[in-house]
Amino acid sequence: MRGSSAIRLFAAAACITLMAGQAVRAADFSGKTIEWVIPFSVGGGSDVWARFFAPLLGEQLPGRPTVVVKNVPGGGSITGANQFQSRARPDGLTILGTSGSTQFPYLLDDSRVKYQYKDWSTVLASPTGGVVYVSPELGVKSAAELPRLKGKGMKYGSQGATSLDLVPLLAFELLELDVKPVFGMKGRGDGRLAFERGEAAIDYQTSSAYLRNVVPLVKAGKAVPLFSWGVLDDKGEFVRDPTFPDLPHFIEAYEMAYGRKPSGIAFEAFKAFNTAGFAVQKGVFLPKGTAPDIVDAYAKAFAAVVTAPGFKEKAGDEIGEYHQATGAAAQKMLDVALAIDGEAKGWVKKWLTEKHGVKFE
Amino acid sequence: MLETIASALVGLLAGWHLAYMMVGVLVGLVIGILPGLGGIAGMAILLPFIYGMDPVSALGMLIGMVAVVPTGDTFTSILMGIPGSTASQATILDGFPMAKRGEAARALSAAFLSSMIGGVIGALVLTVFVVVARPVILAFSSAELFMLTVLGLSMVGVLSGSSLLKGLLSCALGLLLGVIGAAPATGEWRLTLGLDYLSDGLPIVVVGLGIFALPEIIDLLRQNRAIAAAMALGRGWREGVRDTWRNIGLVLRCSGIGCLIGALPGLGGSVVDWVAYGHVVQTSRDRSQFGKGDVRGVIAPESANNAVQGGALIPTLLFGIPGSGSMAIFLGGMVLLGLQPGITMIETRLDLTYTIIWSLAIANILGAGLCVLVSRHVARLTTIPYVYLAPFMVMIVLFAAYQATRDWGDILALMALGVLGIYMRRFGWPRPPLLIGFVLAPGAETYLYQAIQFYEWTWLWRPGVLIIAACTVLSVWAGMRMGRSGIDEGGESADIVHRRWPQVAFAALLAGVFAYALFRALGWSFLGQVFPLGIALPALAGTLGVLALLLSSRDHAVVFDTERMIHVGQKTMEYYLAWLVALLAASALVGFVLGLALFFVAFLAVEARTGTRRIATLTLSAVAFLALMSWVFVLDFPRGVLQEMVRMPWPMN
Repeated sequence: MRGSSAIRLFAAAACITLMAGQAVRAADFSGKTIEWVIPFSVGGGSDVWARFFAPLLGEQLPGRPTVVVKNVPGGGSITGANQFQSRARPDGLTILGTSGSTQFPYLLDDSRVKYQYKDWSTVLASPTGGVVYVSPELGVKSAAELPRLKGKGMKYGSQGATSLDLVPLLAFELLELDVKPVFGMKGRGDGRLAFERGEAAIDYQTSSAYLRNVVPLVKAGKAVPLFSWGVLDDKGEFVRDPTFPDLPHFIEAYEMAYGRKPSGIAFEAFKAFNTAGFAVQKGVFLPKGTAPDIVDAYAKAFAAVVTAPGFKEKAGDEIGEYHQATGAAAQKMLDVALAIDGEAKGWVKKWLTEKHGVKFE
Repeated sequence: MLETIASALVGLLAGWHLAYMMVGVLVGLVIGILPGLGGIAGMAILLPFIYGMDPVSALGMLIGMVAVVPTGDTFTSILMGIPGSTASQATILDGFPMAKRGEAARALSAAFLSSMIGGVIGALVLTVFVVVARPVILAFSSAELFMLTVLGLSMVGVLSGSSLLKGLLSCALGLLLGVIGAAPATGEWRLTLGLDYLSDGLPIVVVGLGIFALPEIIDLLRQNRAIAAAMALGRGWREGVRDTWRNIGLVLRCSGIGCLIGALPGLGGSVVDWVAYGHVVQTSRDRSQFGKGDVRGVIAPESANNAVQGGALIPTLLFGIPGSGSMAIFLGGMVLLGLQPGITMIETRLDLTYTIIWSLAIANILGAGLCVLVSRHVARLTTIPYVYLAPFMVMIVLFAAYQATRDWGDILALMALGVLGIYMRRFGWPRPPLLIGFVLAPGAETYLYQAIQFYEWTWLWRPGVLIIAACTVLSVWAGMRMGRSGIDEGGESADIVHRRWPQVAFAALLAGVFAYALFRALGWSFLGQVFPLGIALPALAGTLGVLALLLSSRDHAVVFDTERMIHVGQKTMEYYLAWLVALLAASALVGFVLGLALFFVAFLAVEARTGTRRIATLTLSAVAFLALMSWVFVLDFPRGVLQEMVRMPWPMN
């Protein structure tokens, strides 16, 4: 009797020690390898973004684990995100990086989507921006003159109505511009070439591509910038893009053109997709059920990465110009993106079907 | 400018830069040799090390890798008959017959020399044109690009062998396979059979390996011997060099073709070997040996596929738009280094631009030299009885296919296309046209649609379009000039065939596929259906024509079956197919790694009848290879029922 109770006591003590040990160790990744799932191929924008962050993240996480990027391409990023939803265990050893192309099919209720953003914890939101510009032949100098473009047919080289191009297409709709998208472009670069050839009269580029390839055109008088997409501040309001402080953001441009703020269901939809496409252009997520201390460890690690001295210089203009939101701030941005209500969503789908022939099942 | 060029060379030769480039070259060669893996896989390996490196070393390493992939892949194409990467598919047609004949040394030395010259010419073209090419690239709009895809499709004529009709139908099938996925104009999913896997379309690596590699593996197994009938390499190193020298004009022309195709964004480098091959057949007086081991059939694609990268760098550096698949990743690498691809590379970083160009030239020379050094050893593989080699080949081909999108779908698609390839080969349906159709389908459809959207029908009168149209007419005329004597995959002409029902059944099945595509296309929107309808309708008619000929005629060229005379003691193709199906079934149960191990044990025990120790050694080395690949590429292998139920240790997870 005495012996067995001693054993029991010992066992209980051992259990408690083990459990306590685990609680302490839960957010310690010493000697571990963390897989960062990127649902895109090697070398694409999201892959490069993750490979830039991976070693920095490893240095800042407790225990300094190795962070490797694992590419699971397919289905325009749906395959990899689905796999993460169904397979990733909430131990902090598997994280997911997504982009606008992962967010959009989710928001549009694509039948292939099996993942749930609301299940996940957001630890980083990397924004990017973009600038809309037109051909000087249209005779427009700034956003204030936008109404003069009404009824003028303009072509726009697009990757597809449900791609990131949904944001500019919605913007053109709100501004009542007569833009005819020509689909099948393989990237924004192709659209820019069409603009340079004089085939397309209106185009937009994301910030870094705009800086390096369109600014020379603007200087040579071959392109006229109109407005940027703007960025979200901490309160979830749109403000001017810090990269382009002299350019109005979309809402300002609308006011300059029409003398009032944009409103209505189309604008609600635009806000949601603009946020999902640009403010949270890329995000990092932990799977459902991850313990708060692990989520916290990641949020802190990312915060340490983006505030480290020299981060901006290292990141270059691809990443560095924008405020990288971490932890709660990142989660808040994602919430703005996911806040789209059923009515606005229904409106977008109907508009996509009627105007661009997109079929929803 | 000359000063910049010289100082870039000095900078590259100083310090450790060359050593890094050498690392890139070695990775590139290995990647090239492994079937199906191309520059994209190489970039995946190198990218993690790039971050934080000095730009000269990093660029040298990346370019060194990209430059020599089409040099290294020649080994696999010539010695194994399996495309080493998508850039060397056409090399197989003549290179592999040469190896079987014991002329591997001659084929390899001709290939390496032409690769080197092609690569250096690519670098030279880049040196001159990178400064002035901007207006040239802007002159190629969607209309001109569409005409170029038509020019590419016109090569089908000379690649069709004895039956032009079958060649055209094979091309139509390729075009329809290329249609699978989202429509460029409307985004609707076409011919996806309701599978998520197909919504992105079939990966080209999977199509190339399925159509060429699997049939070759099975054919070699049936012959039950080593690949090379004669000596491993044979003599002929000098002869290969002389061959190249004699055809130096061809080398220069094909290098030019390679540069041009590479420089045009959107056409992609994967078609260039076929265009070069079609070119050499069209312009040759004596075509009797093409497809049976004509060294010119090796020289043409090999000089073109190395020149591609020089051309592809032009739009990459000037516009930040990739000229080929690996350039897309090179762009990613540049961004990681903090460099801005685009016109600023010419205006402000001309020094680095010339570093890239020098790296390209030097890497091509280094790569070709290394290949010559190691080829004696690599070629020994061809003397091993194929029954030992086959399981490894199957493993590598499956692994390479799985690298495409890392989905079970890759493996299933590979098998399906492999079966298609096996029977196409058996019944004399030429396979190169299928691949050309597949590669060009998306471009042909997208650019035609865009040209009409941008220019309406006035695109037909653009000067560039007219010039390319004239080239197309010339190309078709050159192909017809000599009558129907182009390459012939099957070899012998048709004679008495007793059992004709197998080929009738195959043709009927094809007619069924075309009819199905036609039927589905009727339900799509106008812009989505126009292109597939335009293919499926005439293709269905043509296939019905073939069926009629098969049923009525006795000695028409369409009648063809390699199995009409079965050799005594030879097992059927279906027997070996069953092995592959068993491997897949095992993988579906216990996952790919364990399934493959079981396959190795069973296959070696039954087919090779070898001892326990050798079986164990070979199987363990295969598993070790997979483990290494899993670690290098950070990937999990296909999972089976077992993995869904139990958590298995790496690398069996």
